[in-house]
Amino acid sequence: MIEIRWHGRGGQGAFTAAKILGAASLIDNKFSLAFPSFGPERRGAPIQAFNKIDTQAIINRSEIKACDYLIFLDDSLFSFDYLNDLKDDGIALINTATPEKFRDFSQIQTIDANLIALNIIKKPLSNTAMLGALASISDDVSLSSLQQASNQYLSATHAAKNQLILQESYDHFKEVY
Amino acid sequence: MTKAFLSGNDAFAEGVRLARPQVISIYPITPQTTVVERISEMVEDSSLKSELIHVESEHSALSCAIGASAMGARTFTATSSQGLLYMAECLHYASGGRFPIVMMNANRSTALPWNIYGDQRDSLSQLDCGWIQVYVEDAQESLDMALQSYHIAENPLVSTPVMVNLDGFVLTHTYETVEIPSQTDADRFLPPFQTENKMSLDNPKNLAFSVGPDNNMEFKYLQHKAILGSKRIIEETDAKFAEIFGRSYGGLTQGYRLDDADYILITLGSITGLCREVVDELRERGEKVGLLKLRFLRPFPSDDLVAALGSAKAVGVLEKDISFGYEGTVYTNVNSVIAKNGLRLETYNFIAGLGGRDISRENITAIFRHLQTGGQHVNFIGLGMTIDD
Repeated sequence: MIEIRWHGRGGQGAFTAAKILGAASLIDNKFSLAFPSFGPERRGAPIQAFNKIDTQAIINRSEIKACDYLIFLDDSLFSFDYLNDLKDDGIALINTATPEKFRDFSQIQTIDANLIALNIIKKPLSNTAMLGALASISDDVSLSSLQQASNQYLSATHAAKNQLILQESYDHFKEVY
Repeated sequence: MTKAFLSGNDAFAEGVRLARPQVISIYPITPQTTVVERISEMVEDSSLKSELIHVESEHSALSCAIGASAMGARTFTATSSQGLLYMAECLHYASGGRFPIVMMNANRSTALPWNIYGDQRDSLSQLDCGWIQVYVEDAQESLDMALQSYHIAENPLVSTPVMVNLDGFVLTHTYETVEIPSQTDADRFLPPFQTENKMSLDNPKNLAFSVGPDNNMEFKYLQHKAILGSKRIIEETDAKFAEIFGRSYGGLTQGYRLDDADYILITLGSITGLCREVVDELRERGEKVGLLKLRFLRPFPSDDLVAALGSAKAVGVLEKDISFGYEGTVYTNVNSVIAKNGLRLETYNFIAGLGGRDISRENITAIFRHLQTGGQHVNFIGLGMTIDD
């Protein structure tokens, strides 16, 4: 089972990203759960969202302890202590404009998702770019399924531009690798 | 039939849409809110044709459903925690008046300390209010029980309201794949509501009346008989549902690997899935363990319990509930069945998940160890101390 934890701030769309990823898994003929950090939410406050993805039905609904991927929509939420929450071959994917801070850590991948989003939708909304990046570094979800699924959760006016963001963030990592 | 990626609340709303209630009274409360939001959207876009009434409190939400049901309308409302407790007076009016309302309850802790996370103290504290109570495990069962509940409640032999309980957040806010049946199949399963128990100009009668000591007990006896009799209707409903939709939940309970099981854990709600995984792990090591999910708490599945527990050595009851000053309420109910039927086995109570505390795989494994080795009867899980500390 692939276990993912998203870190973001209320309003950044971390849970929307988790829902899109879950719906994309359904298109990939996999099973998934997507759930938010339970409880009250406030704009700007740190929040978490979660995905479990598997090839068989998922019946364990307890908290995720060790992650295959930790995804940070905002690098101000990151602390190196979080690397302890990764499985041995797990990866932390961080949205940052200062990748040099993370260069020495093999378990960390970075992308300037805000810049990609700013160029396309004129807003620093990093969630779809992080999905594109995830599809790039992982075999657990496909770009085409994410493209389909994002249309279900984003309004028609945003859908076309988010397709561009998904593609650009996906390509960004393909160049790096 | 279509597949969609839905939360437990979304799935329940789809079930309500397919059941075509004519009157819906709503008042939002976390973590129930998204179910009434979704239903409001359905009414707005006409995918559900219903009279939606946004009332000013939970007491009014259920009063409104009672009034509409007394006119012969199929009704729906939903609540959670303090909202359920605020409507407590009306719970008895609805069941005593034999109004087959279906209500979703998002299981949530009760104040104080104030807490919006999931546990089952809200609904279990209302076991005696004369409603049928069902606890579901996942989003699919949520949708399916929205439909089945009307079929059970409206059966003229039952004519009793049904409360469907979804674990707050763990189930209400978790998204997963759900099959949404077609309206055609839903209509085939659930015909329009018809009742004699309504205000009618053609057949005038008195409803919701007073009855003094001379006949009051007779009414309570009949109410009790009807809920006991609903056991058969619940099983028939599950069979009819399976015939049309291909999914069966086993009626009042659902057993898992019970054959030759010496140590059985009793569960309700969404924790059941993890417990099944632990049963599988222990079975692979040759340990004779099994699981019994209680789907219905009222009527209480006493016959199923006797059949399932008859040859076990020990049984545990895992519940997100405590009746302060005694033990978990489900445990008390299970012990009563065991005592009345002369079963000889040890029983243990595991109080877990209060106020939303996570229940881990390690917790469940430790619970099975406790069943095997014995120990204290009433145990708090995830607390790190016993009641004697």
